[in-house]
Amino acid sequence: MSVDTETVRRIAHLARIAVKEEALEPMTGELNTILGWVEQLGEVNTDGVEPMTSVVDAKLRWRQDEVTDGNYPERVTGSAPDGDDGFFTVPKVVE
Amino acid sequence: MVEGVSKMGETTNSNLLQGVTGDWEVVVGMEIHAQVQSKAKLFSGASTEFGAEPNANVSLVDAAMPGMLPVINAYCVEQAVRTGLGLKAKINLRSIFDRKNYFYPDLPQGYQISQFKDPIVGEGEVIVDMPDGISFTVGIERLHLEQDAGKSIHDLHPSKSYVDLNRSGIALMEIVSKPDIRSSEQAAAYLRKVRAIVRYLGTCDGNMEQGSMRADVNVSVRRPGDPLGTRCEMKNINSMRFVQQAIDYEAMRQIEIIEAGGTIDQETRLFDSRNGETRTMRSKEEAHDYRYFPDPDLLPLEFDQAWVDEIAAGLPELPDDKKARFISDLGLSPYDASVLVSEKARAEFFEEVAAGRDAKLAANWVTGEFFGALNKSGLGIDETPISAGQLGALVDLISDDTISGKIAKQVFEIMFETSEDPAKIVEDKGLKQVTDTGAIEAAIDEIIAANPDKVAEYKEKPKMFGWFVGQVMKATQGKANPKAVNDILKAKLDG
Repeated sequence: MSVDTETVRRIAHLARIAVKEEALEPMTGELNTILGWVEQLGEVNTDGVEPMTSVVDAKLRWRQDEVTDGNYPERVTGSAPDGDDGFFTVPKVVE
Repeated sequence: MVEGVSKMGETTNSNLLQGVTGDWEVVVGMEIHAQVQSKAKLFSGASTEFGAEPNANVSLVDAAMPGMLPVINAYCVEQAVRTGLGLKAKINLRSIFDRKNYFYPDLPQGYQISQFKDPIVGEGEVIVDMPDGISFTVGIERLHLEQDAGKSIHDLHPSKSYVDLNRSGIALMEIVSKPDIRSSEQAAAYLRKVRAIVRYLGTCDGNMEQGSMRADVNVSVRRPGDPLGTRCEMKNINSMRFVQQAIDYEAMRQIEIIEAGGTIDQETRLFDSRNGETRTMRSKEEAHDYRYFPDPDLLPLEFDQAWVDEIAAGLPELPDDKKARFISDLGLSPYDASVLVSEKARAEFFEEVAAGRDAKLAANWVTGEFFGALNKSGLGIDETPISAGQLGALVDLISDDTISGKIAKQVFEIMFETSEDPAKIVEDKGLKQVTDTGAIEAAIDEIIAANPDKVAEYKEKPKMFGWFVGQVMKATQGKANPKAVNDILKAKLDG
């Protein structure tokens, strides 16, 4: 598997990461090297092996349906760069 | 365009839409987002209560602060399973949570935790009754659990959007149908049925105004018998009426484009409820690529069949079963039965009125006078001015011949107006039915004596009988027992 420059540009945009035009080409190369390295794993025969979902033998933890958290709007919005009247505020976004 | 839309309404018989070049079939599939009824959110201990102060029902998990980990709410899982059972669907004992990645200010994580390849509920089906008595089946593709996003408010400031995360992280069930719907009326009926099911189950309150239930609608058109056409999706529609409007408008838009030689672009369109039109929402270059991958913070969701069986054993009676029982055990007509079960609150009201009484008579009063009066005054069943017990008492007064059906309608009107008990109204207004045959006989004798011409006329025209009944009723202020009047009158006139 490999990626081309166009794909890298697109993924960067989707992830909202600013990649300079001149950096696209080298980054494509780097990513392809990484993908090639990961691809070596394909040499291992995994027939009949369950996909591993955790490195430890654990089950998903469940919580009871009880209200145990919240009610601290000032903590939630405290570190936001801008806010008003308990709300976060952001530059206007309307689709 | 608008004329086109209204014209379409007249072709409801076949569900086909008429274009300039022939008939078209509209194909609709729906994704219903139903907010799970629970106290706390899907992955945090913050409250789900509606209407709190901005950002009050938000934990640091919901605000996606660094280092926070999601822990699943057991009851939300149970509610999803319960809903799946109500949709007669396959329950998957193992399902996976994935991250659906996109950026928006009301999505602090930068991704929504959802289920992509392995949802908690698989295929099922919903039977939908149409007002004309015809039923059809909509296949369910899947139901999955996911987080709701926060809320952006755009009209509080000229250059800023305000973000409230109270809804962020509340559990949603996304119920995906197969493209089995063939008209806007069917779509609304399907949505109504799913809402009834989740309300019966108590898994979602179905309140569309508050946004606890909303629908994404996929619409395409084709020539009857052709393969599926290219679809457009309209997101986040929050009323039955808007669902119908959006489908009607969108189907005609697509037909006009194709008939003019164009092709449909697969896209997400916005339904504008102010003018009933749809318009392009996102350009194709911006089309979302969600880059789903399994959420590394969450292990697979697993439970055993015994737990599912336990939930199944505790399911309430659902609308289809209730309808069948109303028909077979209570002798109601299929139409009355489906009207009564269409909403949980209606069915409960009826069952209380009918308890220990003549069920058919109770059904007539509930579906006729009572629903009619609610409708006329624009009240929901939860705002009724009279209780089921009071309406039941009125039915009792009819059954034991205290009042006639006709007088009962008068009493009902007063009850609805004043919320008074029917027995008190009957007593206060002196509306008790006259069953004393002596009194009725006296009234009849008087009328016959005063109208010899009419008696003579009756011998020629037996239809005159009705006139005499009317006179007797008038003389007794409508309180005479109609059967007694008929019997005595017949004996006297014919004798």
